[in-house]
Amino acid sequence: MGGRDATMVLLDENGIRCDGRKIDEPRKIMIKAGGLKNADGSAYIEFGDNKILVGVFGPRDVHPKHMSNTDTGILRVRYHMEPFSVGERKRPAPSRREIEISKVIKEALEPAVMLEKFPRTAVDVFIEVLQADGGTRCAALTAASVALADAGIPMRDMVAAIASGKVADTIILDVNNEEDQAGQADMPVGYMPSLKKITLLQLDGVLTPEEYKKCVDVGVKGCEIVYELQKKALHDKYFGNRKD
Amino acid sequence: MTSVSVIDQLKKAQILELLEQGKRVDGRALDEPRKICIEINAIPKANGSARVYLGDTQVLCGVKIQPDKPFPDVGDKGMFMCTAELLPLSHPTVETGPPQAPVIELARVVDRGIRESHMVDVSDLVIEKDKSVVGVFADVVAIDYDGNLFDACSYAATAALLTSKTPTWEMVDDQPSVVEGGDKPLPVNTIPVSVTMGKIGNYIVVDPNGDEWESMDSRITITTDSDGNIVALQKGGSDGFTQDEINQCGELSVKVGTKIREQLKSSQQESQ
Repeated sequence: MGGRDATMVLLDENGIRCDGRKIDEPRKIMIKAGGLKNADGSAYIEFGDNKILVGVFGPRDVHPKHMSNTDTGILRVRYHMEPFSVGERKRPAPSRREIEISKVIKEALEPAVMLEKFPRTAVDVFIEVLQADGGTRCAALTAASVALADAGIPMRDMVAAIASGKVADTIILDVNNEEDQAGQADMPVGYMPSLKKITLLQLDGVLTPEEYKKCVDVGVKGCEIVYELQKKALHDKYFGNRKD
Repeated sequence: MTSVSVIDQLKKAQILELLEQGKRVDGRALDEPRKICIEINAIPKANGSARVYLGDTQVLCGVKIQPDKPFPDVGDKGMFMCTAELLPLSHPTVETGPPQAPVIELARVVDRGIRESHMVDVSDLVIEKDKSVVGVFADVVAIDYDGNLFDACSYAATAALLTSKTPTWEMVDDQPSVVEGGDKPLPVNTIPVSVTMGKIGNYIVVDPNGDEWESMDSRITITTDSDGNIVALQKGGSDGFTQDEINQCGELSVKVGTKIREQLKSSQQESQ
C-alpha cells in the first residue's frame, strides 16, 4: 500500500477530510449487476478508487466430492488481489491476509444465502480486486451480494458493507486508504438491513466503549446507504432500459 | 464426518435446552470464563514463555527476541510478530501440512489484538536507526483442544511477553553484539485481554468450551486494553449479531477482561 505522509491533514477545521468528503459521507459508489457472460451471476463495483469484479457459479457439483454436505449446500469464497492492484507488485499466490478475508466474507454471506435449499452442491464466489484503495473487503462483500442475487440464488437479504472508523479523534464513515494508514481505528461493518443483522465486523484501532457503540452505529447507517445502491443496481439490470 | 455431525446436533439441542433454563453444560454462568491457569517460564531457553490452561484447552507460547533488519519504511521501530499453530497432537482432526483458513484466522486475530493494543513498545526496540532493530516473536502452539483457542493463545502470548527479558545489543563493526549482563524486562505499554463470546440460539456465552464451540452459530472476539478501550475485534461464524448484541458483547468484554487482566498482572509480578 502507499507510504505514509506525515504532513497530510486528515480532517481540517471545517470538518472536511483529506479527499474532500464530510465526516459522514461515503466515497462515490457505482455498482453494476451482471456483465460477465459465463458466470451464473456477476457484479462490478467501483468504490472510490477500488475496482472489484465478482463472479458467482452454482449451485453446482462439488469438487472434490468429500467437501459436499448432504444436509446443505456449501458456500466457497475466494478473495484475490491482482498483482497490479496495489502500489508495489503483490505476489500472485494467495497471502494469509487474502485467506482470512475470504473466510470472513464467506461467513458474512452465509446467513444471507438459503444454502439449505441445495444440499450436496456448492456456490462459488470469486472476487477479483483489480485496483485497491482501502476498504476492499467491504466493497467486495457488497458486490458479492449483488452477484449472488444476480445469479438468482434464493437469499434472505443482501449484505451491504462499509467501514466506519476514527480519524483525528472523530468517528467517520467509509475509511479510505490514507485514513486507514494514518487514522486511529478502522471498523469494517457488513449488515443485512432488512433482517437487521450484522454479519461482518472487524476492528483494528483504539476506541473507548462509547466510541465503539457510535462506530457500529455509523457503520450500520452507512450500510443502509450502500443497500439502496445494491438494489438500484439490480433494478437497473432487470427493470431498467439498459440492453445488457 | 457424518456420524460426528449427528452427535453434534444432539449436543447442540442439549446445550440449547440448558441455556433456556439459564444453565451451561459445564455449570458456568453465561458470562463466566473457564478457570485460567498461567504457568510462566515454562521454556527457560526462550526469552519469555507461558503455558496457559483455559479449562482443558492448553497452549504454550515462547518469545524469542533477536536483532533483525528493520522494514524499509519504519527504520525507527522494532518489530513485533505473533503466530499461532495447531499441533497435530492437539486434536484427532488436525492434519499436518500448510495451515488452513481457520488456523490462519486464529493466528492473525491473536496477533492483531496484541499489536493494535500497542502492548510491545516497538519505538524502544531500536539498536541503530535504519540498520538494526530488535524483533520480538511470540509463537504460540496449541497442545490440547477444548474450544476457544483465540483467548487461550492470546493469554499465553500476553503472559509470555509480560515476563520476557530482552538482552541489550550494541553495534560493533556494523554488527549487533550482545552486551553482557544487559538483560532487562521487555518494554510494555498495556495489557491486552481478548474475550471471545459465542452466540448459541439467542444466547451469548463467554469463553465457549469445545462442545459449545461446535454448537455455536457465530462468535465474536473483542480485545480491550488496560484503559478499558476496545482495540480489536473479529466476528466469525455463519450467523449475524443484532446491533444490541454487539453493544452487549462490547460491555461484556470490558467487564470480563478486567478480571483476567488482574490475573495476567499477578503472573507478571510473580516473575519479578
